[in-house]
Amino acid sequence: MKLIQGILQGKVRPLAKAISLVEDNLIDKEELIDQLYPHTGKAAIWGVTGPPGAGKSTLVDKLIDRERSQDHRVAVIAIDPSSPFTGGALLGDRLRMQRHSLDPQVFIRSMASRGHLGGVSWGCSDAIKILDAAGFNTIIIETIGVGQTEIEVVELADLVMLVLAPGMGDEIQAMKAGVMEIGDLFVINKKDLPGSEKLKAEIEYVLNLSSDNPEQLPPVILASAQKSEGIDELWKKLSTKYQQLVKSGYLSARRKERIKKELSRIILYKVHHLLDKKIALQDNIDNWAEQVYLKKDMPYTMVNKQINRFKKEMRLDDSKN
Amino acid sequence: MSTQDKLEQKKKQWEQNTLNKALSKFPERKTEFTTGSSLPVDRIYTPPQDCQEKYVEDLSFPGEYPYTRGIQPTMYRGRLWTMRQYAGFGTAEESNQRYKYLLEQGQTGLSVAFDLPTQIGYDSDDDHSLGEVGKVGVAIDTLEDMEILFEGIPLQKVSTSMTINAPASILLAMYMAVGDKQGVNNTQLKGTIQNDILKEYIARGTYIFPPEPSMRLITNIFEFCSEHVPKFNTISISGYHIREAGSTAVQEVAFTIADGIEYVKSAIKTGLDVDSFAGRLSFFFNAHNDLLEEVAKFRAARRIWAKVMKEKFHAQNQKSLLLRFHTQTGGSTLTAQQPDNNIVRVTIQTLAAVLGGTQSLHTNSRDEALALPSEQSVRIALRTQQIVAHESGVINSVDPLGGSYYIEHLTDEIERQVWEYLDHIEKIGGMVEAINKGFIQKEIQDAAYHYQQDIENSERIVVGVNKFTVEEAPPKDLLKVDPQLRKIQVTKIDKIKQNRDNLQVKNNLKELRSAAEHKSKNLMPYILDSVRVYATLGEICTVLRDVFGEYQESIVL
Amino acid sequence: MSSKNVRILIAKPGLDGHDRGAKYIARALKDNGYEVIYTGLRQTPESIVQTAIQEDVDFVGLSLLSGAHNELFPKVVELLKQNQAEDIIVFGGGVIPEEDIPALNQQGIKAIFTPGTPIKDVVSFIEKNRKT
Repeated sequence: MKLIQGILQGKVRPLAKAISLVEDNLIDKEELIDQLYPHTGKAAIWGVTGPPGAGKSTLVDKLIDRERSQDHRVAVIAIDPSSPFTGGALLGDRLRMQRHSLDPQVFIRSMASRGHLGGVSWGCSDAIKILDAAGFNTIIIETIGVGQTEIEVVELADLVMLVLAPGMGDEIQAMKAGVMEIGDLFVINKKDLPGSEKLKAEIEYVLNLSSDNPEQLPPVILASAQKSEGIDELWKKLSTKYQQLVKSGYLSARRKERIKKELSRIILYKVHHLLDKKIALQDNIDNWAEQVYLKKDMPYTMVNKQINRFKKEMRLDDSKN
Repeated sequence: MSTQDKLEQKKKQWEQNTLNKALSKFPERKTEFTTGSSLPVDRIYTPPQDCQEKYVEDLSFPGEYPYTRGIQPTMYRGRLWTMRQYAGFGTAEESNQRYKYLLEQGQTGLSVAFDLPTQIGYDSDDDHSLGEVGKVGVAIDTLEDMEILFEGIPLQKVSTSMTINAPASILLAMYMAVGDKQGVNNTQLKGTIQNDILKEYIARGTYIFPPEPSMRLITNIFEFCSEHVPKFNTISISGYHIREAGSTAVQEVAFTIADGIEYVKSAIKTGLDVDSFAGRLSFFFNAHNDLLEEVAKFRAARRIWAKVMKEKFHAQNQKSLLLRFHTQTGGSTLTAQQPDNNIVRVTIQTLAAVLGGTQSLHTNSRDEALALPSEQSVRIALRTQQIVAHESGVINSVDPLGGSYYIEHLTDEIERQVWEYLDHIEKIGGMVEAINKGFIQKEIQDAAYHYQQDIENSERIVVGVNKFTVEEAPPKDLLKVDPQLRKIQVTKIDKIKQNRDNLQVKNNLKELRSAAEHKSKNLMPYILDSVRVYATLGEICTVLRDVFGEYQESIVL
Repeated sequence: MSSKNVRILIAKPGLDGHDRGAKYIARALKDNGYEVIYTGLRQTPESIVQTAIQEDVDFVGLSLLSGAHNELFPKVVELLKQNQAEDIIVFGGGVIPEEDIPALNQQGIKAIFTPGTPIKDVVSFIEKNRKT
């Protein structure tokens, strides 16, 4: 495939086209990804997550500077939500990174969540492979905001930083309930605002409570992305943390875990599709529902009837082969 | 039975008998009526309960607190407003000709429009200036352009308003230098610089530096002018562009006053006494088509500002309480379709501004939705003001709509909603943080989006656009700016750079840089020294960009 | 689930800060089911083109009110061509005199939408020109 050559040579247009291919989930993507896969595994993948308005994009913008100062090639995937009603999306994260648009060593791509069935992670995880194969040293994934996707970013990234800012009371309370565990590193952005020190103390307290190993607590860093303050410290901590992950062997464990999850997800997805087709759910569901509504059939009787029909068809398939 | 009860009873009777009978035969055109900014409008308003008490407290008399009815006791019976047409395009020479023409036509003040490179601190030869030189205003690169711009116009006799924000200090310095060369003392210079950076972040987009150093430049100007250029309005806190960006009338007042509060806070923080600068603060509002809502808006704004200055900042001087404002008719209300209809819109808006008690007014030209206005269109626009002033009779009594039940209701309602916004912004942490968060931008965007949707769905009628349309031939005789203009300006810059004392320029810019690095220094004297030796606007801004950094747009989509 | 989503870049070239129209069109296109990327103010033709390529958009919409359209719009088309991305369709909007439109069309700007254009006209333009 010509596309693959272009990507391996680091050309922008083929790279961008290939990402559309995986986003649109076109069938050609499978061959593309399998051919690129041997070339992956070199990039460091960072996840950046946190509530909307915490300043994630501005922070990423500043991290790009630091990475570029090391002559690293950087790719960013910035995810925004799709409208559940129209499927449309307004992707505005790159606005804050736009000054890098003319740097040929920086690649920024906005992605819409496109809703359901793990849509984010699916398009995104293949996009990461493409960028990795294209030779980017660092790939940064910026997520939508707090929610389910934040958990998924853990499956995608080698290292996750959670960005918070003072004055977002409710969101942060919600975070403490679960999302806290996913951060390898915490950033309190907008440190000039009142309450930043207090927030830092709170986070450290919660981390302390939930940790079995108080020696190895994730760092909590005060920063102001807008004023470029605290970015150097953050960036250094990031690099140290990454080195730790590599040395301790934890990185390869994470990556294996990631492959495991990804494979199961894809297999289940494909099986689901196959099943869907086999029992012709979409064609028959109206009719089945009608029967149950009219009480001609009971719900579980109906379900088991269909499952048995399906099993029988599968056995027929087997005997044919 | 009290008078109020009698009134209520009478109203109920009217509703039951007269009104219901009429409604059963002729239902109203709509179930809900609203103002141009979507405030609900009742069928009829009646005297409020505590009519007399309310009068003394909320309205009072013109020239007295809270100034609802006007900032002077006699208003236009004493002196008409200043008719001030915003103009400027192409080279300084061309704009100079237009100013002289306008003064001959009876205009009483100048208003300078600068091109975008000038407003954003780029010289005409900068890469960023491609295609933009002289397009929306005059191109100013060095003091020489400014000298040409005011050639033959005695600065002690005119008042000059300059629409300049991020580099306001530089253009003011150039104006002072031109005054010096004409032999006019700085203390005699009259006029206004817009100098309102916060609304640039919100709505207009010609920012350069981040908020912190920008606020410093502004307070530097306040401090410097109170001593050296005391007759100059050091800022024109502008709601105009906020409204143009699609805000409602309430938002226009709320965000403008919130900006004003931020400037006052910032000046007080640097140690200035509130009464030393507050009298030189001026405002700039929009006038849209909903005549009565707009009149109420101006009245509400005056009352709120007086309260803010008195109660929040404890200003002692009466002048500090006055909301003096310039008005421009609403550019976004003009249509490209059937452009002559715009003359009528501008007339309504002129009435709104005058009935609202404006201190000066710019009327838009009918062809501004198409291009820069032609000379003939500008004349009609100016004549519109003159007809309202001399023929309509609305100027003969102060605040002639005061006491209208509807106007007073709207004034109160706008005020109430403005305070709600002001409280919310205070809670967020002030205007700078509200802008950083994108809160203000988001509020305006939402209002603009719904307004546009209403037009698309024909829930709102714009004559000639979504109703009463006709087939039209493309308009002719539009003003065109010479595309060669950039070359002319570039040649001028080259020549100046050859002829000026370059060592002196380098030295003065170096001193400017080191002053900029010290937060406590007032930069105005250093900027003056730089413009006097013909350092270019771009050179000065480059120094400041290096030290201050550049603002990064913050919006929430 | 496979489907080709239409991606559109809405960009503001030049220096003018009037983004009411650009933001409106961005949001309205989103409400019509498209994925819209918005660049913000003061974009050079070079950065618009690089962004269009990285984002692999199908359309670029340029919004300009300062009068610099005759210089800046054709520059975007030209740079797309130089980058072998001439399949990306360019359209424009803003205060653009009728008499400038034929020349802009000729230089590869596929459509110009002047103030007052209903959003459905823009949508039908996109539907007519989108790759299936």
